[in-house]
Amino acid sequence: MLDDFVVRALAAGLGVAVVAGPLGCFVVWRRMAYVGDTMAHASLLGIALGLILGVDLGLGVLAVTVTVALLLALLQGQRQIGSDTLLGILAHGALSVGLVAVAFMDTVRVDLMAYLFGDILAVSITDLLWIWGGGAAVLAGLALIWRPLLAATVDPDLAHAEGAAPPWTRVVFVVLIAVTIAIAMKIVGVLLITALLIIPAAAARRGAVSPEGMARMAAAVGAVAVAGGLALSFIADTPSGPSVVVSALVLFVGSLALLARG
Amino acid sequence: MTGSVKLPAESSGDVLLRAEGLGVDLGGRAVLRGVDLSLARGEIVTVIGPNGGGKTTLLRAVLGLLRPSEGRAFVAPGVTVGYVPQRFAVDRVLPMTVDRLMRLTARPGRGAIEQALAETGTAHLIEASVHGLSRGELQRVLLARALVRQPDLLVLDEPVQAVDYAGEAALYALIGEIRDRRGCGVLMVSHDLHVVMAATDRVVCVNGHVCCTGAPHEVSDHVEVRRLFGPQAELFALYRHHHDHDHDLSGEPVAGHDHHHGHEHQHHGPHHRDHAGGGHAG
Repeated sequence: MLDDFVVRALAAGLGVAVVAGPLGCFVVWRRMAYVGDTMAHASLLGIALGLILGVDLGLGVLAVTVTVALLLALLQGQRQIGSDTLLGILAHGALSVGLVAVAFMDTVRVDLMAYLFGDILAVSITDLLWIWGGGAAVLAGLALIWRPLLAATVDPDLAHAEGAAPPWTRVVFVVLIAVTIAIAMKIVGVLLITALLIIPAAAARRGAVSPEGMARMAAAVGAVAVAGGLALSFIADTPSGPSVVVSALVLFVGSLALLARG
Repeated sequence: MTGSVKLPAESSGDVLLRAEGLGVDLGGRAVLRGVDLSLARGEIVTVIGPNGGGKTTLLRAVLGLLRPSEGRAFVAPGVTVGYVPQRFAVDRVLPMTVDRLMRLTARPGRGAIEQALAETGTAHLIEASVHGLSRGELQRVLLARALVRQPDLLVLDEPVQAVDYAGEAALYALIGEIRDRRGCGVLMVSHDLHVVMAATDRVVCVNGHVCCTGAPHEVSDHVEVRRLFGPQAELFALYRHHHDHDHDLSGEPVAGHDHHHGHEHQHHGPHHRDHAGGGHAG
């Protein structure tokens, strides 16, 4: 059954959506959309490094996104340059270095568009193992830090004063985002990963009454968006990444309309 | 963990928090200097002082939210803290019911949650969204949230702001009750001297340093407190001498009473300055 590329694509997309939904809720709650964007943009540098060093591209991406996340945490200690500027420098700096590095490699033929916008046809059994294995690890990690991270998100001082949010939860969270970006790259591409994190979460906000409910709903919205987007991609021969994002966007607008009426 | 080793053996079980020679700088400015403070189980300590005097800074340093630039401040290891911050708002993008908020940093059962909410008169709000609560309701829910942790130490930063006057007295009575029933320690910040008088074992007046400390009636006589609080310190004294004066404390000090009792005091509010300037105060 997994020989069918349609089934593989759907399995991969659903695997990513189920992980991106709950994780994306935290990105939305903590107002970190630009952080996700920065790490995603920087991941192209990871691809370039992976190609140059001949290591697995997923590992290359993971290494770069984690490095960028830690670098960001380090740089935020200084006060002269604001976070938004730092994020912009890191995102576009890493993206450009990645693009330049790829251009230097004339021995390797790289389909850059596949990395930028995702390529559903390219999902292999190996990719599926990456996505499901990595996805399961991310969900397990998120379940582990869910309570302390939520407490720290609601009120960092309160959580710290009551000893409910050890500092490592934030580090784990950033690593989880890095892993998610590495596995989601294949489906929606580097430039659109943040959309897969934040749009389903935003669409789920309208109907949710609890944080856990919003996370479950975001996973469901993401899954529907992936299925719809892949259908569009197969039928109309549109690029898979943008198709999934357009599908998610339609669901988001739908959530606004539904609740405005109800 | 190493902090507990330094505590004297006979008091290590009772001392819930301690500050020793505490100094804090904020933005390059010395906000606190040389603060010593300790709080024992079963004790209610209220920190008073003018705005900007460092009350909240002291609380935050003790809770480990600010790094001291001098000395040290800590909550004793193993002490469960229940904290009611001065400002608290859940971002609207984060859906949150009162019930879920109660379980934010603890895992109480439904019964314990209902009981804690009932104690602060908010049991009916258990399924409500925190985004729809009034400021007063939220304040009570936050107190219930701190209580449901079964704290050894309750830390309250301006617990009665946004609670109406009738509710204010009830809230302080409740805090006293909770201490009696649970034997926990209470550290709170207030700028309302009147309630401090009624509900506190010990008062610490902070204005960059500890300017005085003691039982409420001792502190009220302190010259620096009188200088800092002006008319409020007068009422403080009135409270002690004329216990039937509760009714006129709902707002600004009532000028009529100052006229009646003015002869007892050294100091008056700004509206009496011209009197004093005319040689009236002697």
